[in-house]
Amino acid sequence: MMLAPNLERNADAGAVVLAVRNLESFYGPIMAIRGVSLDVREGQIVTVLGANGAGKTTLLKTISGVMNPEKGEILYNGKNIAGSEPDAVVRAGIAHVPEGREVFPLLTVEENLMMGAYTRRDADGVREDREMVFSYFPILKERARQAAGTLSGGQQQMLAIARGLMARPKLMLLDEPSLGLSPLLTKEIFGIVRRLNREQKVTMMLVEQNAMVALEVADYGYVMELGRIVMADSAERLLQSKDVQEFYLGVKEETQRGQKRWKQKKTWR
Amino acid sequence: MDVLQLVVSGLANGCVYGLIALGFVLIYKATEAVNFAQGDFMMLGAFLCLGFTNEAFLGLPFWLSVPLAILAMGVFGYALDALVIRKMFGQPQVAVVILTIALGFVLRFLAGVIWGHQPVSLESPIAGQDVRFGGLVLGMDEVTIIVVTVLLTGGLYFYFNSTRLGVAMQASSQNQLAAYYMGIPVKRLNSLIWALAGMVAAVAGILYASKGSIEPSMGLLGIKAFAAAVIGGFGSLPGALLGGLIVGLIEPFAGRYMPSGYSQIMPYLLLFLILIVRPHGILAQYHSKKV
Repeated sequence: MMLAPNLERNADAGAVVLAVRNLESFYGPIMAIRGVSLDVREGQIVTVLGANGAGKTTLLKTISGVMNPEKGEILYNGKNIAGSEPDAVVRAGIAHVPEGREVFPLLTVEENLMMGAYTRRDADGVREDREMVFSYFPILKERARQAAGTLSGGQQQMLAIARGLMARPKLMLLDEPSLGLSPLLTKEIFGIVRRLNREQKVTMMLVEQNAMVALEVADYGYVMELGRIVMADSAERLLQSKDVQEFYLGVKEETQRGQKRWKQKKTWR
Repeated sequence: MDVLQLVVSGLANGCVYGLIALGFVLIYKATEAVNFAQGDFMMLGAFLCLGFTNEAFLGLPFWLSVPLAILAMGVFGYALDALVIRKMFGQPQVAVVILTIALGFVLRFLAGVIWGHQPVSLESPIAGQDVRFGGLVLGMDEVTIIVVTVLLTGGLYFYFNSTRLGVAMQASSQNQLAAYYMGIPVKRLNSLIWALAGMVAAVAGILYASKGSIEPSMGLLGIKAFAAAVIGGFGSLPGALLGGLIVGLIEPFAGRYMPSGYSQIMPYLLLFLILIVRPHGILAQYHSKKV
């Protein structure tokens, strides 16, 4: 397979936590994912880049069990979880932080966090984790009794991540945390994501349109287009790749005459 | 004194409307469908209690029949959602609404076949007794209705705000998809909401039956309760109760001080007015999503 050599470059990292194999998912009659295979290794931040409609969100929804795949396997620690119910997936240790925050607007911040821990029965552990979450997001502690719908967009994003953490996940699926946030806030949130990854040992699968910030925190990256993986490499290599630079980072090359070249062919076409 | 008695009897009726309205709102908030059989749920609850306790039927003790009827309606609500409504997932909401209207007809017919179409009375120990507060004479039935409604409301408030399951029900009604992501078993919670709506309806029915005779067509009271829910703010639980109380209070006063026949249309006139002035009802719950 084409991807094989690139996957091997990442082989020295931790064990494969999540292995997606030839996954196909439909959004109504449209095939949104056309045979995706990828690996997420323990302790890493793996990012999946791509434009609108590339199938990134569908991929995450299929992994977390909200959508059922047509074909293919999702191996989590070697066990196929494709087609499982969402609560079984959360219990297995995968938390999904959805695109657009999706907090419970009329519940308080604290109740939102409580809902993140819905599948857990260990009250002491939940209390500890709430303190842990507050230490990363002090603003949420200040606003603990406030309705989540009254928070600012950035605070809601923090709450969505914090709520995901309350399930004490081993793997966290982050869907476009930068959506609608200022560059400064995006930077802050990505800094916290990196710290959570390092300090709390949460493996992250990060889906982003904002390739620059995603590749800065990620260890490994995939580029998705029209439901397929078209590139896979370490984050540094992707940052240096001509294609990623032109099409995802907006770096333009100029010709000798100083004109912009309007059309460039992608190497994967 | 006269006014005070009107207030008490209005409040008692209002409590029953409020409890039926509560059932409407519970199901609407959880599933975004309107259960037009809610009034018939109430009727069925009342007749189940009557069937358990009346000498002509099973003749069980009254205090055993009440929990039995409530429990039976809970099971009925749960089963209805789990076996029928859930299968319609993905269909337009209007299909569910039509289904509930048809279900109302079926229940009315069934009750008629089992318990007859003639008005019958529930043999309840509280019927026909009086309570005295100083010089004030109140019907035991009316006082009971008000006290039970207050207790039930308090219990539901505690349940929805302080228990894990209750908060989860709120969460899934506010954002069903996010509830799925959290691993909250949304489908099971929806069935439990239907069970709860059935149980609340049974309480309303038994309370209503303790005030006078009942017949299978009494489920049409649900229409008035629906108006009450809209007046109070469809989608708000306190609003449902408030709307019920308002409708309940308007009726006796309109009956007392207006030409005969007008009291029946007053709730609907109020409904018109509210819809024009405050289309979301008195206690509307707004929230707009930030992007």
